[in-house]
Amino acid sequence: MRAIRNLLNQIKAYPSAVVGLCIIAFMITLSIYAVIKIPYREAVRLWKGGENVWIEYPRNARPEWFNLFYKEKQPVTIVMKTTETPELKTVTDLGNGIAAQDIVFEFDYQYDGFPAELSLFFTSKFTTARPNVEIKWITPDGREINMQSMSLRPSEAYRISQDTRLPRRLNGLQPEKGLFADPANPNKVLKGTYQLVVSGLVFEPEANIEATFVLYGKVHGIAGTDHLRRDISVALLWGAPVALSVGLVVAVGTSLTTMCLAACAVWFGGWIDWIIRRINEIVMILPLLPILIMIGLFYSRSIIVMMGCTALLGIFGSGILSYRSMFLQTKTSGYIEAARAYGASNFRIIFRYLIPKVIPVLIPGFVTQVPSYVFLEATLAVLGLGDKDLPTWGKLLNDAYSEGALLTGHFYWVVEPAVLLVLTGFGFAMVGFALDRIFNPRLRGL
Amino acid sequence: MLSVETARERAVPAARRSGGNLWRITKYTLVKGTTLLITVIIAVYLTILIANMGGYVDKMRESELRFQIAEEINQNEELRLLTVQERKTYEEEVFRVRAKQLGLDRPFIVKSFIYLWNGLTLNLGRAIHLTSDAGSAYVDNIIGERLAPTLLVMASSQLLLFFSAMFFALFLSRRYGSRLDRLVVAMAPTSAAPAWFYGIFLIMIFAAVLHWLPFGGMIDAPPPPGFWAKVGSIIKHLILPISAFVASSFWLSSYYWRTFFLIHSSEDYVDMAKAKGLTGRAIERRYVLRPTLPTIITSFAMTLIGLWTGAIVFETVFNWPGLGRLTQQAINMFDTPVIVGVTVIYAYLLALTLFLLDIVYAIVDPRVKLGGGENGS
Repeated sequence: MRAIRNLLNQIKAYPSAVVGLCIIAFMITLSIYAVIKIPYREAVRLWKGGENVWIEYPRNARPEWFNLFYKEKQPVTIVMKTTETPELKTVTDLGNGIAAQDIVFEFDYQYDGFPAELSLFFTSKFTTARPNVEIKWITPDGREINMQSMSLRPSEAYRISQDTRLPRRLNGLQPEKGLFADPANPNKVLKGTYQLVVSGLVFEPEANIEATFVLYGKVHGIAGTDHLRRDISVALLWGAPVALSVGLVVAVGTSLTTMCLAACAVWFGGWIDWIIRRINEIVMILPLLPILIMIGLFYSRSIIVMMGCTALLGIFGSGILSYRSMFLQTKTSGYIEAARAYGASNFRIIFRYLIPKVIPVLIPGFVTQVPSYVFLEATLAVLGLGDKDLPTWGKLLNDAYSEGALLTGHFYWVVEPAVLLVLTGFGFAMVGFALDRIFNPRLRGL
Repeated sequence: MLSVETARERAVPAARRSGGNLWRITKYTLVKGTTLLITVIIAVYLTILIANMGGYVDKMRESELRFQIAEEINQNEELRLLTVQERKTYEEEVFRVRAKQLGLDRPFIVKSFIYLWNGLTLNLGRAIHLTSDAGSAYVDNIIGERLAPTLLVMASSQLLLFFSAMFFALFLSRRYGSRLDRLVVAMAPTSAAPAWFYGIFLIMIFAAVLHWLPFGGMIDAPPPPGFWAKVGSIIKHLILPISAFVASSFWLSSYYWRTFFLIHSSEDYVDMAKAKGLTGRAIERRYVLRPTLPTIITSFAMTLIGLWTGAIVFETVFNWPGLGRLTQQAINMFDTPVIVGVTVIYAYLLALTLFLLDIVYAIVDPRVKLGGGENGS
């Protein structure tokens, strides 16, 4: 306990390390929050959900806080459902089992930007005679625009923005623009209360129409959405625990194993040493990334397999040589001699006398290694070899890149995961550098 | 990586023997070369085992072959008229012959050694989907075509980075504690992010927002006429990749070298040189740089190794038509021969770098005795 407090006191002398510690603490909090807020299964289900889960979300919407920086306010998504607010619907019985079901979606539109898309989804109940609807648009200045009349199947989607006949009635403008445009200036939005009126007719006593109107906005949530309408914040949140656990587990596991192996190699010498050094030589020649690529391609993209292989190759990587030379020096020290003289077992000498001696080198070592593994995961994901299920920062970058986010100007999509990656990387690197200077006497004061 | 210790121990422990330096260097080189060759063989074999573990790749090739045969039959007017049964037997027959030609019928162990031999002799076979720009489907042609661009971007950025960082560090070590020095120390952790990562930001700023520089690629499409216009276009495309590389590692390298030089400037013999009244430059050259040369060379070799493996994502991000981009394309197309070929080439390049490093090391570092002399203590 005292050792830790001592260490913390020493770290305080390095402002960058304090910043680093704060970043790490923030990331850990974020991870815990993510895991509690969205359980693993839920995260996977959401991220692989596709249209069913995300149908009411806009495509490629920017984060909502963008509105703070622009004078022209962009709309958020408006969703109105008759199932949730039955007041929207009025039913009048016309006798003979025929009934009029009129639905009025009324909303106040005070944004400067046009919406991204408009859609109307129907679910209707009937036995043989399909209900009929007529859809009409009423603008704030009282113009009425007839949109469509259709007979409904049990589930029907009317994608207003894709209606090719509508532009003819809107001076050639795309529906999502034309319906909102000021007649005097088609590039400006006419602000005010709009109405979408659905006049339905059902021909059976039991028949019923339910409708959902979605006005897809151009901004969404704190992180925006991607090309599959998914809320990016899900992946941003879940990227944190994934990155942290990958970085920490691989870095700690690799350095500890490497250290133990190096200690055994030095202590026992002979063929054990020989074998470990030959393995090291081979591993040095194996190109890590291509090997990982092959594994990802042919066997499994699961993050556990990939990181397991990284760790396996990392154990015999260059680190083992530097530990080895450190142990070689320690091996000849007097206190080891003394331990041998009192008859300490091999095991005891290795774990009680040899290894503790290099711990000061180990700790800064693995802290500085954490970012490299975090970025390795991102690297693999950018190559298209990210984990199949998990949403991660790297996969966001990959999606953004393959969808040409930089070319189309969706910078938020690249910047958000990138900033989180950088924060994590810098956080650990800052702490690692400070620890290195604290523990490494040759660097002290430099 | 390759500490003095190991280099010393690896040197052949032999009795003191008189003989020309040349003989010793030759012998040392031979021993080193043989060990490395064995290592390369094992590494390549492992690569092939991984690439073909469980015969997965074989199965892929078999099904591809079957598909190809079925296609051929479909396109042949006469064969299309065969009955189902006849067609089946015909397909089987053709498949058997073709599989034998390709060596698919032999057990995996035998095949793996065939692959190994092919890999080692750089007889890398034909790509499944990819072709070189000249239209060849042979993997070695494809790789050969991509080697030069990789070398161009990687070598120029690595050399620039290495020398600029080292001389900047020498300059810093003279101004220890200055504001600039503290800035470098503070900036060092920013190198935690790899070059491709900086690349994304640079592309975003200079290509997407400012439109000053191209998004990626190596030359304008279509290439401009005239030699100098082409060179100019390539240089324009090189700016961002090189900047990304330098931005990602400059601070850390400077920090590393600065600390290194500072440690070595506090040696007694440097103080002695100062006491003699030598100029700062002479001290730097003779008493700081000269003794640290082996470490500098090792570090340079390690940068070279980083050069080979770091290229994959980097080139993908910059759409640079090099080996790395090729790897990424091969991944997307499941083109196994190309992937195995690239991996083998990488293994060779790494081994070659290590080999050269060992030799240079032995020449430069007086503590490493060549095949004799001091028996690694």
